[in-house]
Amino acid sequence: MSLRSPLSRVLGLGAASDGPAHWWAQRVSAVGTALLAVWFAGGVIGTDLGDRAAVAGWVAKPLNSVLLILLVATMSYHSNLGVRVVIEDYSRGWAKVTGIVAAQFIHVVLAGVGIIAILRMAMGG
Amino acid sequence: MAADNRPLSPHLQIYRPQITSVLSILHRITGVILSLGIVILVGWLAAAAAGDPAYEMTIGLLNSLPGRLLLFGWTLAFFYHFLNGIRHLEWDTGRGFGIPQVVRSGWTVVILAAFLTLLLWGRLLMGGGA
Repeated sequence: MSLRSPLSRVLGLGAASDGPAHWWAQRVSAVGTALLAVWFAGGVIGTDLGDRAAVAGWVAKPLNSVLLILLVATMSYHSNLGVRVVIEDYSRGWAKVTGIVAAQFIHVVLAGVGIIAILRMAMGG
Repeated sequence: MAADNRPLSPHLQIYRPQITSVLSILHRITGVILSLGIVILVGWLAAAAAGDPAYEMTIGLLNSLPGRLLLFGWTLAFFYHFLNGIRHLEWDTGRGFGIPQVVRSGWTVVILAAFLTLLLWGRLLMGGGA
């Protein structure tokens, strides 16, 4: 016998109330981050990191700008998903809610600053 | 039991550490370290966009001994999380769950993570330093 209500069963979202969405998002963003991070590591090795003009020039190449923006966005998203699970596991009540909201805010701000910085270099700023 | 008084997972202090449990919690710890590392990546990008004085200061910090140690630890965390993530993706397909397989894939991840970290830093330091 199941204690689950008929509505709960038909919605199919399980005990966590959001179904498999988080699980899938974490896997897909993991693959995206992994591929982009490997590309980024290769690019960084081939650039003189002490030379700002060289770094900005590398970032400003159209393909590099696009992939770097995707890396910052996907990585921040994946990080937020992971940090959220950690907060959910180790805190409760208001600390949990404020922690999740704060983590999300911080990730959005970080992604925003990173993307604006890339765009500035891409536009030759 | 009251809703605010329920047990939190996992209970690390209760179990004897094993390769499986240690690598599992390491995946989480390295994930949090990598999250903090996004601050460094974004700070580096912002400095590169801001101009020479900001960039020189940032590179100066990152190139100092504490900065290098931090980056080295972050690289190790990256390779571990990256490789162990691939291990997780294999498990997600339902494969690799036998105990000998789990132990073998676990040690493979540890050794490869150390190897790739040393390889990358060897290249960085040979190439004139970051």
